[in-house]
Amino acid sequence: MTNVVIAGYARSAFTPAKKGSLARVRPDEMAAEVVRALVASTGVKPEDIEDIIVGCSFPEGEQGFNVARMIGFLADMPLSAAGTTVNRFCGSSMTSIHIAAGAIQMNAGEVFLCVGVESMSRVPMGGFNPMPSPKLYAAKPDAYMGMGDTAENVAQRWQITRAEQEAFALASHQKATAAQNDGRLTAEIVPITSGKASIAKDECVRADASLEGLAGLKPAFNKEGTVTAGTSSPLTDGASAVLVCSEDYAVKHGLPMLARIKSIAVAGCAPDIMGIGPVGASRKALARAGISSKDLDVIELNEAFASQALACIRDLELDPAKVNFDGGAIALGHPLGATGARITGKAAAVLKREGGKYALATQCIGGGQGIATVLEAI
Amino acid sequence: MSEIKTVAVIGAGVMGASIAAHAANAGAQVLLLDIVKPGANNRNAIAEGAIEGLKKMDPAPLMGSRAIRNIKPGNVEDDLAAAGQCDWIVEAVIERLDIKQALYTKLDSVRKPGSVVSSNTSTIPLAELTAGLPESFTRDFCITHFFNPPRYMRLLEIVGGSAAPFAALQKFADEKLGKTVINCNDTPGFIANRIGTYWIQTAVVLAIELGLEVEEADAVMGKPMGFPSTGIFGLMDLVGIDLGPHVNASLARLLPKSDAFHAMNRADAMIPALIAQGYTGNKGKGGFYRSTRGPDGKRAKLALKLAEAATGQLDWRPAVKPDIPLVKEARKDLKKLLASDSKYGAYAWGVLGRVLAYTASLVPEIATDIADIDAAMRLGYTWKFGPFELIDKLGADWVAANLARLNLEIPPILQKLGKGSFYRPDATGALEQFTIAGGYAPIKRPAGILVLEDIKRVQKPLLGNKAASVWDLGDGVLCFENHAIAPDGQPRRMLDGDVLGILEKAMALVAKSHKALVLYNDDPREMPNNVNFSQGANLVSAMMAISIRLWGKIESSIKDGQKLYTAMRYAPFPIVGAPVGRALGGGCEMLMHCSAVQAYAESYIGLVEVGVGLIPGWGGCASLLTRWQYDKNMPKGPMPAVAKVFEIVSQATVSRSAAEAIELKFLSPTDGITMNRDRLLADAKARALAMAANYTPPETLPLTLPGPSGRVALSMAVEGFHKRGIATDHDVTVSGALAEVLSGGPNADHLTPVSESEVMDLERGAFMSLIRTKESQARIKSILTTGKPLRN
Repeated sequence: MTNVVIAGYARSAFTPAKKGSLARVRPDEMAAEVVRALVASTGVKPEDIEDIIVGCSFPEGEQGFNVARMIGFLADMPLSAAGTTVNRFCGSSMTSIHIAAGAIQMNAGEVFLCVGVESMSRVPMGGFNPMPSPKLYAAKPDAYMGMGDTAENVAQRWQITRAEQEAFALASHQKATAAQNDGRLTAEIVPITSGKASIAKDECVRADASLEGLAGLKPAFNKEGTVTAGTSSPLTDGASAVLVCSEDYAVKHGLPMLARIKSIAVAGCAPDIMGIGPVGASRKALARAGISSKDLDVIELNEAFASQALACIRDLELDPAKVNFDGGAIALGHPLGATGARITGKAAAVLKREGGKYALATQCIGGGQGIATVLEAI
Repeated sequence: MSEIKTVAVIGAGVMGASIAAHAANAGAQVLLLDIVKPGANNRNAIAEGAIEGLKKMDPAPLMGSRAIRNIKPGNVEDDLAAAGQCDWIVEAVIERLDIKQALYTKLDSVRKPGSVVSSNTSTIPLAELTAGLPESFTRDFCITHFFNPPRYMRLLEIVGGSAAPFAALQKFADEKLGKTVINCNDTPGFIANRIGTYWIQTAVVLAIELGLEVEEADAVMGKPMGFPSTGIFGLMDLVGIDLGPHVNASLARLLPKSDAFHAMNRADAMIPALIAQGYTGNKGKGGFYRSTRGPDGKRAKLALKLAEAATGQLDWRPAVKPDIPLVKEARKDLKKLLASDSKYGAYAWGVLGRVLAYTASLVPEIATDIADIDAAMRLGYTWKFGPFELIDKLGADWVAANLARLNLEIPPILQKLGKGSFYRPDATGALEQFTIAGGYAPIKRPAGILVLEDIKRVQKPLLGNKAASVWDLGDGVLCFENHAIAPDGQPRRMLDGDVLGILEKAMALVAKSHKALVLYNDDPREMPNNVNFSQGANLVSAMMAISIRLWGKIESSIKDGQKLYTAMRYAPFPIVGAPVGRALGGGCEMLMHCSAVQAYAESYIGLVEVGVGLIPGWGGCASLLTRWQYDKNMPKGPMPAVAKVFEIVSQATVSRSAAEAIELKFLSPTDGITMNRDRLLADAKARALAMAANYTPPETLPLTLPGPSGRVALSMAVEGFHKRGIATDHDVTVSGALAEVLSGGPNADHLTPVSESEVMDLERGAFMSLIRTKESQARIKSILTTGKPLRN
């Protein structure tokens, strides 16, 4: 079977929605800048690109018009490079990678740009016209449950205390701050033009985060609850991109391979505890790779909320020291559609940087799903 | 220069920044400069900080969200040339002559020809400011003395600015800044501070002398005389105790030894001790009043022990609400208080008599026109009545006779007046005023000012009852005035059959024989936040109907209101709403059904029905939905307008200015805003007349509503608020009913347009289901009995 590799990863800075430096940047243009930079840095021949697969959670407004095709035009990709937009909420751009991997193994192309984008400033969560089905809502209101409520449910059922969540959130900020200070994030960030400014620094990270500060926050979703804004990922603007190609192509063209895609999986779960989605998906992906969680050297587990991240670490028996080396979404931010490509690309890059054999990238998805990718060092 | 479009304000302290904010409210492009902070990387840091601070100030100096974009920061080292390009340069720097004059010299070298420069000084005479400066500068220089806070205080004293070069400034101040300009002589303290400072000093000194406590003094020296209800000590806390000494010192320096001010400017130990210890009033740690947490954790109000404080020993005790029968009776009979032998009487007349005598003695030194002096005190110190109006209320002869009790001489103008009054109606009923020559002259209103009180003096209403009247504004325009008094005695201007019946008749009269109708009422002696265009439907009669379960009557009153408001919108002649102050609930809906609105800038408009457990039932939901849905800037689809209206109405949002009301769409972008309250009625009339030529009523606009899907989306949001503890149990019910209306009801589908009248039917249904709930009834009862909303 054809091996599939990740041969490049880049992203924009991630900045807080509405008040961050990217709030006034159109998401299609932001993603195009990331694509252009990734193509340039990897040296891939644009004319070899089969498809541009863009993950986006709310593909309307400035993220509409099959935004993948628009991004291709904006990035001056050849007309022959096609474009499709996929939606699996937070798992959208990891799905882009899975689609590319499947296509490559199907012999339906050799080179794919797997992109993710979300401007949570410019297209609201739920979209401009949220119109849930009254019939489904009456029968199964969980289907539309707010993400914060699901985080509370996980905290309660997995008995994750507020203090544990806060310690986890603080660690995320501390790791991200250290990564920023050590310049470990510089290489992956593509500067984005906003007016006259060039935005190249993550703005959600709080270097001054403290347990005292976190303890002082009010519950964000339930007055009796334990989940606060400090233990949730912030609304974020950002874009990310991963170059996915066959190993043969990468070798032949001397592309800088980061990791090989070993296995992939998705799995559904109850929507009211969607945060536990990574457990089912990761178990499947690990089994398909023929390894166990003990074999993992690098884990990128999306931190939608501290409560669900901790519950997943516990259920999957992950080694916390190997999770999110450079901080996770609580500190870095979570532009929904862009996160999947970020954590997959990041897992590949960290696996190469830190050494080791296997990496896992996994995330939970609203509506009750998980998605996972197992990577193997080359 | 014919028009002021650009303004530079130099000095970004509280006054400078607030003046800049208000110039921005007026639509000018404003440059705000301050010094470069020593050692700062950002050379504009002080001005930038001041602009940022404007967003947080309370009361808000800015109107709406856009005005702030008109203000650009800068510094006096780099940007003086840019300031020189502005039409008007306002200096609001520290009150030091050397600093001001040095700045003027620099400004004179950079300013463009024809620009005007003014100082916001309150303590330095014009003659001192301009001494030694070239005539080329001084001929374009004057004092513009704003009162704090500049957005809200309507007085602008201008000294030395009535000549031709200042015509554009005068016009800008009047029409754009909305100020009543009083041109003052160059005398110390000008008009308002000269009298006001004497009033405050006398009130403080006599309170100590007569052994009153601060609460007693404030009870006497407040409401009974039409002075601010804070009283003197409360007022000093409000404006800042540290301001007084500067103004006092300047008056002490400048006034001749014979001036009565000196006798009252006694150096006691109290004020310096308060300031030294940080008790500068509400902006500091408190002042004459402080609040502290009691042992039970609740906030408790403390009052300064005045007698001890006079010796410099500061100590506070729990505040008490004084129970003084004389004060209560003073509303009906002020003279009884003033003539009383009690310490309260001695205090009341001791202060008031001295202030009235002092003021009368200042004519013609500070002004020749007594109406100017009265206006200055009303608008600069929020006195309900000016000093000469007060004398008229008491009787000039009574005042003169009682001055002897204070061993005061009778000022010449009072001697001249004898038993007469300062103001009186002429043969036609129009008002005229006493002049220093000893005769009477008509009170002339500036061009473009139409005062309803003037009309009412010379006219009988065309229609009317105890709640509303219709006046003839001339030129075919009628004015509908709502003057309904609520059962609690407050001028709430609530809407019921009495009021709306007259409105209906007024519309019939216009249709028959006139061109247009203006809806206007004002209490010009009150601040706009105490004035009601209308607080909405009459809840007292609603509550009575509820108590005997007259549901049919309630429903028909909703129906009648909808019918009348619909008739307003589609009337064959224009109806122009002209609100001042609050237009809430049914009052807001009334404005939304006018052909156009010409609003006073200080209009506070909103649909607040959810506060009493109801939803807008007179077409407010339908009107606001239409406005948001037909806004081309809104995202497409059936939900954005619905979600926006839901957000505004479910939170009972009230605009904090007319500009913000446009942003919320309670007013439409084509509606007008009048900055000068005195010009509102004339502006509304002009608008009505302009529309009356070739008037065509608006077309009905269909709505695209999402139906049950949208209802679910809104319900989900409310559930989230409920879980977070932001929405109460009954909020969920009320919001649910609102969501049902706004989404178009159970049968709506976004492919089938819904008419406004169908939405009104839904409004009525939802209103009736809510008013039957005991929770909504409890909310109504709470508002009626306590004035406070019940959160159930």
